[in-house]
Amino acid sequence: MNKLQIITKGIVKENPTFVLLLGMCPTLATTTSAINGMSMGLATMAVLILSNITISAIARFIPDKVRIPSYIVVIATFVTLLQLAMQAYVPDIYETLGLFIPLIVVNCIILGRAEAFANKNGVVDSALDGVGIGLGFTLALTLLGLVRELLGSGSLFGWQLIPSQYNILAFVLAPGAFIVLAYLMVLFRKVTAKK
Amino acid sequence: MAAKSSFKNMVICLTVICLVCSSLLAFFNGLTEEPIRVAQAKKTETSLAQVMPAFERTEARSVELDGTEYPCYVATAGDAVVGYAVESSVIGFGGTLKVMVGFDAAGTVWSTMVLSHSETPGLGAKCTEPAFKDQFDRLDPAVKSLQVSKDGGDIDAITASTITSRAYTKAVADACRVYAALSAAPEHQE
Amino acid sequence: MEKMIVSPSPHIHAPASTASLMRDVLIALAPATLVSLLFYGWAELLLVCVCVLCCVLTEYLIEKFLMKTPPTVSDCSAAVTGLLLALNLPASCPWWVALLGSVFAIGVVKMTFGGLGQNVFNPAIAARVFLLVSFPSYMTSWSAPASIADAWSFAPVDAVSGATPLGIVSEAMRAGQPLDAVFAEHHFSYGQMLFASMGGSVGEVSALALLAGFVWLLARKVIKPYTTLAIWATVIGVSAVFSLMDPSSYTDPLFNMLTGGVLIGSIFMATDYVTSPMSNTGCVIFGFGIGLQTMLIRYFGAYPEGMSFAILLMNAFVPLINRFCHQPKYGRAK
Repeated sequence: MNKLQIITKGIVKENPTFVLLLGMCPTLATTTSAINGMSMGLATMAVLILSNITISAIARFIPDKVRIPSYIVVIATFVTLLQLAMQAYVPDIYETLGLFIPLIVVNCIILGRAEAFANKNGVVDSALDGVGIGLGFTLALTLLGLVRELLGSGSLFGWQLIPSQYNILAFVLAPGAFIVLAYLMVLFRKVTAKK
Repeated sequence: MAAKSSFKNMVICLTVICLVCSSLLAFFNGLTEEPIRVAQAKKTETSLAQVMPAFERTEARSVELDGTEYPCYVATAGDAVVGYAVESSVIGFGGTLKVMVGFDAAGTVWSTMVLSHSETPGLGAKCTEPAFKDQFDRLDPAVKSLQVSKDGGDIDAITASTITSRAYTKAVADACRVYAALSAAPEHQE
Repeated sequence: MEKMIVSPSPHIHAPASTASLMRDVLIALAPATLVSLLFYGWAELLLVCVCVLCCVLTEYLIEKFLMKTPPTVSDCSAAVTGLLLALNLPASCPWWVALLGSVFAIGVVKMTFGGLGQNVFNPAIAARVFLLVSFPSYMTSWSAPASIADAWSFAPVDAVSGATPLGIVSEAMRAGQPLDAVFAEHHFSYGQMLFASMGGSVGEVSALALLAGFVWLLARKVIKPYTTLAIWATVIGVSAVFSLMDPSSYTDPLFNMLTGGVLIGSIFMATDYVTSPMSNTGCVIFGFGIGLQTMLIRYFGAYPEGMSFAILLMNAFVPLINRFCHQPKYGRAK
């Protein structure tokens, strides 16, 4: 497939949240607002691109039996670098995302793409795959965060739109997250199936 | 496509990867150490500035009361002590409630600020809103009793969140006792 | 409450008989509804109308325009859900909250799963919990019934609002106050609880009216007594054990039976055919689970009322219970 298809595949046909259903934990936990969802998505995308590139480059030097530990060390290193960078330069977002930044290491998306794509394809293709999947993830998280923020807190990217007594708190909490995710998934499949 | 999984290869591979990664991490850690320290100091500064009257410098202390350590701060302007701040933790409804309580030099509660909480949104989480929080501004413990009205005090609890309200009030009351211990200690103690 | 008999064999009862079952349920709910209308007046009437109307409308619109199947609103199951939801809400609840709850009950809990007979969770209870989580301040301010004349007058009345007896007790227990002091302070009396003049959800109040409904449902063979009696036995049993051990910290069986949603839940919600087990043994297990969890949440949990959560939790277990407790296939007349 050509380069553009690699990217769009990650956004539509193999969207990690709505189609592959990977990385559900941060999806549900960090989407209490649009900004949080977007930040989480972008952070994951950064790690994904870097790890895809690296693993694609060194895959043939790694003996098969130590494949998984090697990948994990690489991924963990990148996540730690990201964590240090965020703590130093964007401390507010770092505080809000909290525990979920180090948890990017165990996000199935990253190791999954390493296994499924990066260790079999070239560096450029793997980078593009990281971009595509990362964008798909960010899009999904931002959308989820938008809906939850609007219904649950009455605001949009921090702008208060609906007065607080009309806020349906369930959407800021876990049950609402699951429900919104389910309906978004249905909508997504319906829209993309028509294409 | 991968290299052969011989013992030698595996050892070399893992060693190299770990060496490279740890060097990278060490380098980055050094790079970001200073900005991180600055960011954290700034965060404490902001919360301190909110709960105490204007000051020039702060000094961190630690007071132990009833077996619990309380991080404290003494704020000075010039040579005079302007205020004190105590980080008070209590168990609220959903978990630990951390409140920064600021005092002026006379011993009145200047202001309070929630540092972290796990209270229920829409109920206990309202403790961060001015309607509840502002009750503690410029509060003189000798005049206003630090209990919720249900327990005979002067603090109005949040509707349907008595437990959170009680916890917050207790945090402030604990801070007052720590203040008493703090201000009794001789100044400029090293 | 939908009375769709879900059985493995491919026969589905015609809507006509579902409708007659539903009508019997509505009749059974009538005494409790009337008592609550009497005590809570216009506010309650508005709530009942909004809930029933919105449930029916939601079902009609979804079936006609989204699912494109012939609407089944004539089987009255949506109306029953609406009425049950209304009886679970505080009378002071704003109408738009009730509207939201109704849409959630029918749209999300019932229709999304496939409609009548396909839902896993009881729609009325699920909606109530959804509203409780979403609007804690509206859902936890219960007004004690003002006098009947006040409730029906047009002048706005400042009803005495506050927590339900369960709420008051639960808070007192957390603060370590002995129970008899709490009871004395608030003048709790069993007579009041039985005859409907305490603050509480409309379904909590008026135990007698609910019991009358229970008798009607049994007489008309709409429900079997196993689930309800299992719940009662467990609630009484657990609270008896604990209150005998420590009467000042644990409420006694009578209190637990008469407060909260135990009566309305055990008679009308837990007996919903769609969301409860098929076999009699299964029903007993189901009832036991509900009773046990209700008491555990009441005594040791963070929420004062446990019935709603208990029913939902056990609803989730029903497929598992059905797998292990087989009832011989439903034959002709039993």
